[in-house]
Amino acid sequence: MLIEVIGVTKRYANIVAVDDLSLHVEAGELLVLLGGSGSGKTTTLKMVNRLIEPSAGRITIDGQDTATIDPHELRRRIGYVFQRIGLFPHMTIAENVEVTLTLLGWESARSQRRVDELLELVELAPGLIRDRRPSELSGGQQQRVGVARALAASPSVMLLDEPFGALDPLTRDRLQQSFLRIRRQLNLTAMFVTHDMVEALLMGDRIAVMNEGRLVQIGTPGELLRSPADDYVRRLMDTPTRQARVVEALLEDNPA
Amino acid sequence: MSEQLAMLPGYLTAHLQLTLFALLLGAAFSVPAGVLVHRLRWLDQPVVGTASVIQTIPSLALLAIMVPTLAALGVQSIGFLPAFIGITLYSVLPILRNTVTGLAGVDPALVEAARGVGMTPVQRLRRVELPLAMPVILAGIRTSTVLTVGVATLSTPVGAPSLGNYIFSGLQTRNLTAVLVGCVAAAVLALCLDGLVRGLGASIVRRKRGWAAVVLTTIGLLYSFTVVSLVQEARAGDTGRVVVGAKTFTEQYILSEILSGHVAQTTGAASEVVSSLGSTVAFDALVAEEIDVYVDYSGTIWATIMRRETAAGDREAVLGEVSRFLREEHGVEVAGTLGFENSYALAMRRQQAKDRGIRGIGDLTVYARQMVIGGDYEFFGRPEWIAVRDGYQLTFASQRTMDSSLMYQAVAGGQVDVISAFSTDGRIAALDLVVLEDGQGAIPPYDALILAGPRLVRERPDVVAALRQLTGTIDAEHMRRMNLAVDQDGDTPATVAALFLRELQEARAAR
Repeated sequence: MLIEVIGVTKRYANIVAVDDLSLHVEAGELLVLLGGSGSGKTTTLKMVNRLIEPSAGRITIDGQDTATIDPHELRRRIGYVFQRIGLFPHMTIAENVEVTLTLLGWESARSQRRVDELLELVELAPGLIRDRRPSELSGGQQQRVGVARALAASPSVMLLDEPFGALDPLTRDRLQQSFLRIRRQLNLTAMFVTHDMVEALLMGDRIAVMNEGRLVQIGTPGELLRSPADDYVRRLMDTPTRQARVVEALLEDNPA
Repeated sequence: MSEQLAMLPGYLTAHLQLTLFALLLGAAFSVPAGVLVHRLRWLDQPVVGTASVIQTIPSLALLAIMVPTLAALGVQSIGFLPAFIGITLYSVLPILRNTVTGLAGVDPALVEAARGVGMTPVQRLRRVELPLAMPVILAGIRTSTVLTVGVATLSTPVGAPSLGNYIFSGLQTRNLTAVLVGCVAAAVLALCLDGLVRGLGASIVRRKRGWAAVVLTTIGLLYSFTVVSLVQEARAGDTGRVVVGAKTFTEQYILSEILSGHVAQTTGAASEVVSSLGSTVAFDALVAEEIDVYVDYSGTIWATIMRRETAAGDREAVLGEVSRFLREEHGVEVAGTLGFENSYALAMRRQQAKDRGIRGIGDLTVYARQMVIGGDYEFFGRPEWIAVRDGYQLTFASQRTMDSSLMYQAVAGGQVDVISAFSTDGRIAALDLVVLEDGQGAIPPYDALILAGPRLVRERPDVVAALRQLTGTIDAEHMRRMNLAVDQDGDTPATVAALFLRELQEARAAR
């Protein structure tokens, strides 16, 4: 499943959020969109499933122009994990997970089996959690449900919008590991938005660095670390190593 | 008390009919309208603004306006329809506003999530937005429920029976038991209906299927009951029943019972009384054939219907002209004069009048500047008052409008000095008041007339003939005694009327 973004621009009144962006995601690849706030990374992601319509350019999935697909049909075929999780508070966990299946008209017994399978995939115990409300779950558990919901209709494309940004570091680490395992297991093609450098290096097969609506550089983590295209990318790539050095220095100053 | 409670099933059913259907229609309009306003923001000002303006109209006025409006449209203008429409209009705003507020309060992240998982706009509304806004919408429906039950008590003056009949007639006939029964019944009804809506909301939110089923069944039964009762009434309505109207004061309640009872006794026709109609509503209702007969007064027709401002002349001349006018302009027949006059009159405390040497209205000219005058709702707007005021050059220190049942207490207790009394009111004598002479004849004569509507004249000559038999059967003294029996002794208009009819029959038999 190949995603191609071709010369896409998004303008709001007099602001250009995304400026003539072109990139592609290979089948089975996880591309990280990395950048600060206002860099256009989330706008780019939302244009892929048409939550936002581009002002110019086009986006194709497996060669098919997304503009020719009914938006809600398109979105049912693409898994979407939200930054603010976005579980429906008036539905149970099971109802949240199967919501897309219901929209697709699955019969109840089949979607029940699928819900249990998905909850197990995201490492939640279906029996304990199926009939609970989202408010009864921790943030980490909620986002696991969010991932399960996105995977329900077996999409081959996933879009993730800073999915683990609001979680504490340990929970974030566990969810990152879970997601890496799941995406390998299911061979997902994914776009993953983050502003966290370390997360980008850990998750991405390739990283697209965006700044002020433009693509600054795209490449594997190794390429970006070794040969940053400009000063902005270099400073970005330096942050984790600089932070690691501070941590090492602390350890040397205070031996156990 | 038991006499009052006997009327409860009828009034309660009528009240439920008005309230439940007004709420149903109100919600059926307001929730979709709220959704539309939420989606098309530019509709907010025109739609919610209009509903707000309607809400600021005093409810009694809103219902009263329905009468001439519906009459102009040529549909039923007295009774269920005007009350129903008025109450429905009143129920709209809380539901509409809460629907808009509830939908606007849905977390934008959840709206985006709904789009993101592939919901169409309709699916998003049904599966996410409406369920999440439901507690706020239900709160609006609860507000409307309580409001509607209250406003429905005001449908009595436009001819729709309700629990308000207890309150209106109770206040007029000084029957506090009736007022209390009406208020308590309305309050209990409001609490019960509010409880049902709250129960429905709670059971939906907490997903108690069983409870929701119980509440929905109860609501369903209430609606089926009201539908069945409405259908039955509609069927019964076409059996040539004679409908007698009554305005909102004691004398009218008694006379309407007398007319109704007499028609039933002599012709065997079924008859019913629609009481507590607003003063001009009664005449409009007669002309529109919503009621068949009621008692009005020659001077009232002269001044408020014929709009004559000049002094009237003698009784016979006014009567002749009024009769001709009614027949020629409205097809209404004067089926008889009852035999007494109930005129507007200025009355004051006997002692105060004596102390100041006041005997006629003319003597007030000097004292008026230090005096306060009280009048009923209509009086200061009526041509008679203008004629009296200008004819005698009266300038009072202040004028107060109050309910006619309270005026007599007010003057007896010294809160006001002069009132616009009715000459047949028994309380004039009972409270030791004196009626001031109208030397100039500024106030027209007020012969009590039995007015038969166009339908009776056309189709029921037997009923008109029966009504004619009542000509000259009640003199002023007799009317005063009957009024006092209700106002002071606590008899009901029905018992007083029954006594009168028995005496009338005995007198006939004797002859």
